[in-house]
Amino acid sequence: MEQYQGKTIFNKIAIGKVFFYQKKETQVKRRHIEDAEAEIVRFDAAQKTALAQLDQIYEKALQEVGADNAAVFAVHKMMMEDEDYLDSIYNMIRRELINAEYAVAATGDNFAKMFAQMDDAYMQARAADVRDISERLVAVLSGSGTIAGTLAGSQTGSAAGTETVAGTGIVTEINAAPDIGSRTGTDTLAPDEPVILMADDLAPSETVQMDKSRILAFVTRRGSSNSHTAILARSMNIPAVIGIDIREEWAGKTAIVDGYTGTVIIDPDAATLEQMSAKMSDDERRQQLLKELRGKETITRSGRKIHLYANIGSVSDVAQVLENDGEGIGLFRSEFLYLESDTFPTEEEQFKAYKMVAQNMAGKKVIVRTLDIGADKQADYFHLEKEDNPAMGYRAIRICLDQQEIFRTQLRALLRASAFGNISIMFPMIISVQEVLESKRILEEVKAELREQDIPYKDVEIGIMIETPAAVWISEELAKEVDFFSIGTNDLTQYTLAIDRQNPKLDSIYDPHHPAVLRSIRMVIENGHRGGAWVGICGELGADTSLTETFVEMGIDELSVSPSFILPVREAVRKLS
Amino acid sequence: MKTFDYTITDELGIHARPAGELVKEAKKYSSAIFINANGRKVNAAKLMMIMGLGVKKGTAVTIEADGEDEDAAIAGLRTFFSENL
Repeated sequence: MEQYQGKTIFNKIAIGKVFFYQKKETQVKRRHIEDAEAEIVRFDAAQKTALAQLDQIYEKALQEVGADNAAVFAVHKMMMEDEDYLDSIYNMIRRELINAEYAVAATGDNFAKMFAQMDDAYMQARAADVRDISERLVAVLSGSGTIAGTLAGSQTGSAAGTETVAGTGIVTEINAAPDIGSRTGTDTLAPDEPVILMADDLAPSETVQMDKSRILAFVTRRGSSNSHTAILARSMNIPAVIGIDIREEWAGKTAIVDGYTGTVIIDPDAATLEQMSAKMSDDERRQQLLKELRGKETITRSGRKIHLYANIGSVSDVAQVLENDGEGIGLFRSEFLYLESDTFPTEEEQFKAYKMVAQNMAGKKVIVRTLDIGADKQADYFHLEKEDNPAMGYRAIRICLDQQEIFRTQLRALLRASAFGNISIMFPMIISVQEVLESKRILEEVKAELREQDIPYKDVEIGIMIETPAAVWISEELAKEVDFFSIGTNDLTQYTLAIDRQNPKLDSIYDPHHPAVLRSIRMVIENGHRGGAWVGICGELGADTSLTETFVEMGIDELSVSPSFILPVREAVRKLS
Repeated sequence: MKTFDYTITDELGIHARPAGELVKEAKKYSSAIFINANGRKVNAAKLMMIMGLGVKKGTAVTIEADGEDEDAAIAGLRTFFSENL
């Protein structure tokens, strides 16, 4: 077993046999010609054929990867019609009396070099586009047909410089080429078996022309994550890893491509194979769920709707929420702003982060939990004293109500951001009605301040975390003061069972399914509803699908889970009667 | 000759696709159209040269049009830049 590390392009896992794709060595020979004008006529005809091929590739790409990604081939066409590019080719043919193939190859090299030398990674990657079109022209001129030869099959014949559309060369069968066997030196490749394709580099047109159903993964030595090939691989949903020092002797061997880590494993041992197969089937199940459950409602068979939101810890997590079709954000842990910083984050910094999340969620609910620092989450600049019992110590709302400037800054940022979306504010670690009233009073003061300054904000829903037994017992009174509850099952379990969840020795008795915890949850839901508040769960228990039925039966309104659990929970809810 | 100045706001700068669209737009007019950026001046009808300018986000460019329909060209290109770049 050998393992190699590259750079991942697309997060997905593939296991299969390696197929080695080598470009046919289109050795472009410099030939002296007698009649420059006849050579130019020959070039013009080839260009016309190549443009027609690009039209066909564009059409195929349009259907498979969408207009945005197909646009690269429209650009290829324009490059092939570029005045400077053509002038350079014509001039070489006329002045040096050389064959068109050589003029194209030399011109292509020059332009590719120009891009490769630019200081911008995106533009450097365009060198591959110039090479791609130049290779296409050379192939048509020499009648070999680049990809056609190896991967397509039918293009070769018609690409011989005639004016007919050679577009039947769109690849349909990667194994159609007669010489695959000899090139890879393997005959273990069954004709219908999909393969992990390894190549030195792949041009965008080669990538899109391949028959997707025959490709498990792409692995290349060269390429960049900015290349059109990388972009296409992503939109084709094919795992891809670049920067692997591929070797020909791998052809025909079993390989694992882990697009999550960028790892390529050749000849995996049995244990690795088993482990990765399991990872792959989990992944496939998730992908399947994505397909089936995206855009569907989280609703039981009898029509009870559950709001299924996501827990996030930073702005960048929003992408995952959207990918997994979260219906909102049920817990945005604002601590990251404080923990990632060496000093108190300014109002402006916070405002930008909250605003970005609110805007990206486009009107869907975003519940931001105010600062929950202390206990296991520490930042040096808070100068929190070392405590013997930090979980029960100076933390969360206790700090905020004590050091109100920190709290006011955060509330101002949140209210300002509320104008850009659907933000709700949630206070953590509540044990008394008094704390809620005090927090709300400060919030009202901040609102008044904003009104005076003509700074817009929207009315936000106010909620609290229910994570202490005290809050459970007074939940009916608390419900009258807020719009919603969110039950933090991790802390609630810790406090209810008096088990420090940081202590690994207690893991075996830390039981979130303990009847005391479940009865607390039931009581909170019932009291919440009685007092006019909706009730959700944002702790880890919310994602425990063995309890989904219990929670729904208890009357839960919302579940907020890590993005990767959204669809499994949706599946569980949709199975309920 | 007419000109206008513009500062690129697109995250990627004048990348391949908008460069292609710019060429199409420039070819609509009979006037000679040039784009000045980073101390260089290139013909806006030439895709590779435009891409070769390496215009990034925040770069100030000056567009020139010289010819019979230069007014229309400037108006059209001004709209093109503000909508696409």
